[in-house]
Amino acid sequence: MLAKRIIPCLDVRGGRVVKGVNFEGVRDVTDPVALAERYNKEGADELVFYDITASAEERKLFTKVLEEVASKIFIPLTVGGGIRELDDFARVLSCGADKVSVNSGAIADFSLIGRAANKYGSQCVVLSMDVKRVEGKWTLFAKGGRENTGINAMEWAKRGVGDGAGEIVLNSIDTDGVRRGFDLEMLGELCSRVDVPVIASGGAGCMEHFVELFKKVPGADAGLAASIFHFEEVSIKELKKSLAQAGIPVRI
Amino acid sequence: MIGIVDYGVGNLFSLKSSLGFLGLEHTVSGDVSVLERCDRLILPGVGAFGDARDILRTSGLDEFLIAQAQDGKPLLGICLGMQLLLEGSEEFGSREGLKLISGRACPLKAELPPELKVPHMGWNSLRFCAKSPLFKFSSEGEFVYFVHSFYGKGCGADCLATAEYGIPVTAAVGRKNVLGTQFHPEKSGEAGLKILRAFAEV
Repeated sequence: MLAKRIIPCLDVRGGRVVKGVNFEGVRDVTDPVALAERYNKEGADELVFYDITASAEERKLFTKVLEEVASKIFIPLTVGGGIRELDDFARVLSCGADKVSVNSGAIADFSLIGRAANKYGSQCVVLSMDVKRVEGKWTLFAKGGRENTGINAMEWAKRGVGDGAGEIVLNSIDTDGVRRGFDLEMLGELCSRVDVPVIASGGAGCMEHFVELFKKVPGADAGLAASIFHFEEVSIKELKKSLAQAGIPVRI
Repeated sequence: MIGIVDYGVGNLFSLKSSLGFLGLEHTVSGDVSVLERCDRLILPGVGAFGDARDILRTSGLDEFLIAQAQDGKPLLGICLGMQLLLEGSEEFGSREGLKLISGRACPLKAELPPELKVPHMGWNSLRFCAKSPLFKFSSEGEFVYFVHSFYGKGCGADCLATAEYGIPVTAAVGRKNVLGTQFHPEKSGEAGLKILRAFAEV
């Protein structure tokens, strides 16, 4: 039986993982290769590397990190952040990425999805979306959730899949960072509209939120989170045990 | 020396890295004279059957691979590489394969209950149908990573393992020295490395 996937997300800048701001208000960083190795050992099903680079110099460091991880860890790797051209696909795929996620790049130029799917196959193209409720409507946001595009998010997802996106990461801006659980309503809506795998993102605060996700939204294929794994509040190993106990198929 | 057949189809980074990680000597080449000197071959592949089949034919790699397989050289097809070993494919019209293994690549969509998504993508567990040296380090129930929309149908006694996805999906095939996995051992963590290590000892 196909397992539900647990995916930690690593934000990389200047060759280091930025864990976000911790409880003492200190910006905490760590070595991405060491962290990836830890997650792999704990049973992560896939890793997402998000490039939050600001300069070309840092971008080189990012690809170096990716290459190093891909030489040691043999599970699927997805890369996102700053993907705007087909050349960006080529750059990260040649360093060991298996999938490439596009977000603002697809909003700026929708044809990127179709062109990438034609060249590299749909299995390689992930459409990542930041979505927020605006006056009761699911609305797509760009630029890391800062810019309202006015686009209906569910229509956007359908268009993306129609053009060749093979997977969708749905990040709910409303639940992100709140740690009270995934946005089940938004995820349920998306799962009823598209027939490609859906990865839930935004809102996980504890193990029970993942159990709730897969129980209440059976169409969701994976749960993605960052800080709860980074700060070791939730161990992937324990999380998978509790999912298995709840009758959810996982790779253990 | 393991020869990875390079015919311009798919990303070979992980395959090279995983063989390197296991300390297995390997080379990537599309040159018959180089591949001929290798003691075993891996045929990778991602994408469309027809395109890959055309490249194998125009490069003459198809005849070479068939001859090498008949000579008894261990050959492992991965993903599309496995499907190419079959008799043929029903992907966008009927095409002939290398005919080293029984069965044809058929669309999953037609066989699955409607609620199951295609491609079959993610981690699924193996159920063995036959004893194989490919699984000498593996245990039944281990999870491996799949991404595919077509599958080997009618492989009969050549089916070595299946994965349950609405139907028993052919996960591995084999006939003597010719082996194939629908899943990606180079993306299947420890479970996958064990299979690559076993292939190096076939």
